[in-house]
Amino acid sequence: MFENMKLVYMAIPLSCLVASVVAGIFGRKIGRAGAHTITILAVAIAFALSLVVYVDVLEGNKFNGSVYTWMVSGGVPFEIGFLIDELSATMMAVVSFVSLMVHVYTIGYMHDDPGYQRFFSYISLFTFSMLMLVMSNNFLQLFFGWEAVGLMSYLLIGFWFDRESAIAASLKAFLVNRVGDLGFLLGIAAVVALFGSLDYSVVFAGAPGAASKSFSFLGGEMTWITAICLLLFIGAMGKSAQVPLHVWLPDSMEGPTPISALIHAATMVTAGIFMVARMSPLYELSETALSVVMVIGAITAFFMALIGLVQHDIKRVVAYSTLSQLGYMMVALGASAYAAGIFHLVTHAFFKALLFLAAGSVIIALHHQQDMRAMGGLRKPMPITYLTAVIGTLALVGFPGFAGFFSKDAIIEAVHLSELPGSGFAFIAVTAGVFVTAFYSFRLLFLTFHGRPRMDQETRRHVKESPWVVWVPLVLLAIPSILAGAWYFEPMLFGNFFGESLKVLPEHDTLAKLAAKHPEATGVALLWDVIVHGFVSPPTWLFLAGSVLAWVFYIEKPELPEKIVKRFGVIHGVLMNKYGFDEAYNVVFARGTREVGGALWKFGDATLIDGWLVNGTARIVGWVSSAVRHIQTGYVYHYAFAMIIGLFLLLTLFLKP
Amino acid sequence: MESNLLSLLIWTPIVGGIVVLAAGGETRAPLARKLSLAFSIIALLLSLPLYNGFDKTTAAMQFEERFPWISTFNVFYHLGIDGISLVLILLTAFLTVIVVIAGWQVIQDKVAQYMAAFLIMEGLMIGVFSSLDAILFYVFWEGMLIPMFLIIGIWGGPNRIYATIKFFLYTLLGSLLMLVAFIYLYQQSGSFSLADYYDLPIGKNTQIMLFFAFLAAFAVKVPMVPVHTWLPDAHVEAPTGGSVILAAIMLKMGGYGFLRFSLPILPDASHILAGFMITLSLIAIVYIALVALVQDDMKKLIAYSSIAHMGFVTLGFFVFSAQGIEGGIVQMISHGFISGALFLCVGVLYDRMHSRLISSYGGVANTMPVFAAFMMLFAMANAGLPGTSGFVGEFLVILAAFKINAWYAVLAGTTLIFGAAYTLWMYKRVIFGVIANTEVKTLTDVNNREILFLTLLAGMVLLIGVWPFPILDLVHASVEQLVAQSAVSKIEIVTGAIR
Repeated sequence: MFENMKLVYMAIPLSCLVASVVAGIFGRKIGRAGAHTITILAVAIAFALSLVVYVDVLEGNKFNGSVYTWMVSGGVPFEIGFLIDELSATMMAVVSFVSLMVHVYTIGYMHDDPGYQRFFSYISLFTFSMLMLVMSNNFLQLFFGWEAVGLMSYLLIGFWFDRESAIAASLKAFLVNRVGDLGFLLGIAAVVALFGSLDYSVVFAGAPGAASKSFSFLGGEMTWITAICLLLFIGAMGKSAQVPLHVWLPDSMEGPTPISALIHAATMVTAGIFMVARMSPLYELSETALSVVMVIGAITAFFMALIGLVQHDIKRVVAYSTLSQLGYMMVALGASAYAAGIFHLVTHAFFKALLFLAAGSVIIALHHQQDMRAMGGLRKPMPITYLTAVIGTLALVGFPGFAGFFSKDAIIEAVHLSELPGSGFAFIAVTAGVFVTAFYSFRLLFLTFHGRPRMDQETRRHVKESPWVVWVPLVLLAIPSILAGAWYFEPMLFGNFFGESLKVLPEHDTLAKLAAKHPEATGVALLWDVIVHGFVSPPTWLFLAGSVLAWVFYIEKPELPEKIVKRFGVIHGVLMNKYGFDEAYNVVFARGTREVGGALWKFGDATLIDGWLVNGTARIVGWVSSAVRHIQTGYVYHYAFAMIIGLFLLLTLFLKP
Repeated sequence: MESNLLSLLIWTPIVGGIVVLAAGGETRAPLARKLSLAFSIIALLLSLPLYNGFDKTTAAMQFEERFPWISTFNVFYHLGIDGISLVLILLTAFLTVIVVIAGWQVIQDKVAQYMAAFLIMEGLMIGVFSSLDAILFYVFWEGMLIPMFLIIGIWGGPNRIYATIKFFLYTLLGSLLMLVAFIYLYQQSGSFSLADYYDLPIGKNTQIMLFFAFLAAFAVKVPMVPVHTWLPDAHVEAPTGGSVILAAIMLKMGGYGFLRFSLPILPDASHILAGFMITLSLIAIVYIALVALVQDDMKKLIAYSSIAHMGFVTLGFFVFSAQGIEGGIVQMISHGFISGALFLCVGVLYDRMHSRLISSYGGVANTMPVFAAFMMLFAMANAGLPGTSGFVGEFLVILAAFKINAWYAVLAGTTLIFGAAYTLWMYKRVIFGVIANTEVKTLTDVNNREILFLTLLAGMVLLIGVWPFPILDLVHASVEQLVAQSAVSKIEIVTGAIR
């Protein structure tokens, strides 16, 4: 379509960067309208060009090349470059689409915020960072994007910088991510040490040959590939908020809602999923690493969903849902069903962005009220928000036919077919997770939109549907939340959609086994087959049970939850305290390091070095000189005597044979 | 190639300083300022032909000048630069201009003397980076301390005398041992020329003793743990400009010394003691970072952060690979810009509120949004964010250290967490939050002069972060030769000839 596709690739992230810089630096000059016009225009360009690239890639035109040489050191070139294939093209389209929706939505949501231009500048830069991350053809640029999205989330979570809770959350997010980044950086260092290159293609090509290289570790043997995969996965645990590095994500709700949607749907948290999928040629060579990915994912998927049951803040419920869904994606990756993981990433991006923006729509309608206990009955005054939220919820819980159904079902089936250690546990966790997901999702829906309105009279009288800039993105996101699953189900899972970009060894190929279950059907027949099958499969019963239970609890007998909480106070307490991660980290890390630092400073620097060594030396010099002072009597013959003795000593020393 | 460019570069600012002293009395401060700016810009312009005419393909010394100075002792006025010197000279010339601009309104007392001190110091520092004769080097090395003492002692804070004396004693002790080493090398080679030292065979034990003599001088300057405690005191008392030059350039003297003297002259001792040096570097990175975390004085915090960042320089040098050494060099340059910028940021706040304590601030972003944006950039650079210069050196050093021993990389890598923790925690308490008090409420945002120097520094930090290629390109040849030099043993040649 275009003569020089490389320019198109470059234009995609750069348009966002330019818009961000303009909106950031000249925000006051160009005004609010100027800022949102230029950034939305830029993201729209990025989205349009991403579609062009997407179509182009599906026609078979891939690209892998350098843009410029960042530096050369020790014979290793460090490049900035693009790898455009099915995986990156899909990610680019999803990222730029969700970002575009969020940009438009922001006009309404941030309408009367004094930091309007700054916000647009940030979200454009965020989009730029994420695009650079997914388009990278090497580990260096991957790390650039990796850290840049971390920076942007820091700035956006702390956007309202005069709120203590927001700036504390942003610092926490950055530091927890940095813990993951340390692992990631060491993983990159190991890659360079082992392969002498940062280039994906070189590393992937060399990986099978290096698979048997190992080193001794804690008394055992570990292959380098396993070490690299585990180190990189620590990074993914930070970005994609897997237990135990998940603590930053719920707190990130302190940021404005559009950014929650962007972080949770398309950018940042999906970076870890994307990275593991991108590194599939490495992960395939380490069953240990795959098992770890699967088990960590399963723990996150189930236990984080449980916390979602007890949250009162509407955004926090959705946040814990994100954590849980990221766990599902990780489980898929661990089961070598990379395509299913990315498939769920795509569908999740649509319906999670939708749910967040719908929650945001409710929040602004209620004048920044986020507590669901002060909501209720909103389906009448806010029909569009309600309807789209229902669609998002059905997609999330996996109602047969909706987007999430196809992707989540594929994950559950794939993990069932996996033979790696831990797959049994993972299967139970993700299956049970379906019930919990349904329960908290419908709880949210019922508490917010159904039942008796619980807000005060004043708010209740004025509550109305949000303006079009808010609901149009909702509608545009609702469409793929219904259709994306059916659209991508066959090509992505069974149709080799991702081509060479994902690598699966035959013995791990759970999706191939899954395909064997539907031997005959293709096209609509296949979808029909899957949907019908879905209605009689255990996950669907679990989801129905969860929704019915939520209905009983929050519509039929609203007094019931109260009683249950009293009855199971301990469990409720554990969940309310989020298993105590925050407290433990606070004591051990936040306070621990400060105390160690203080002790080192007081003892090491002040007492030991300055007190004893420096000032001690000064004191000794003082004593010695006061002692020596007595020698200086002023009598010439004393000096002459000393000089003779000195001369004599020197002569003996030098004339010694 | 015949050239006297280096001499011009050294003596223009020194003569300029004298002119400023002569021309600008107490009453003529504006003239002194303008003259100083003119001279510092001339020096910066003079460094450009140095950059243009520099041949990147060779490790040989360039722009050499050599005249007999003290014939009796074979001392020469011998100048010349390689890539490593060049990048440091460019840094010096650039930052002196910044410091002059930064002191424009802030210094109202003895303006001519203040400006002259910086100009003279610039000349002497460039002299250090371009001396190829040990005595000449020593003269510049000690000479540059005098203006710095004056800057801290005259324009410094209330506890300046203690700080100056501590600084003086620390550095003097180290320098004297270095002089002893020079005299020993002179006895052995009959020359003070560095080139002769490079070829001089030296026995193992002698090398180790000489190494410690040099270490005493260089470790104090870097500064390495445990001889670092002068730095926080000196920074706290120094005026902003003094802190900038101290952190940005004077600390680099130590790093430069390792590359110019320890590694090539004493390759065997360097290898034998590498473990020791790496241990000290890692202690600096981890221990000092923890200490930085609990500082309640912004300048002290940045001073401790400097020590931790300089730990990467020495760590990189003593892994003996091109990546490590180049990483160390980039880290020196980058730290020059970042620490300079951070001290200037503290200066901007101090000029308005006369407090360096973190607890005096809070919510500055509300009243100084432009300043907050600049400081955010520099804070992130200090935390080693990719895209800023702070990342490049640390990244290379971690890559290089990983190849030697993965645990070195793990320990060094903790800077990712601690560096971010102490920098951003300070940033949060100073810049974010609600307006803490009435003084913060009346703060005015940065003026055009402040925007000018912050923009210049921000530009450099981003440029190096996005495209470090040019700096590395300048030093490649020199570093390759250095790696080769430090890999060849000098003990073999001696074989029993030592006493």
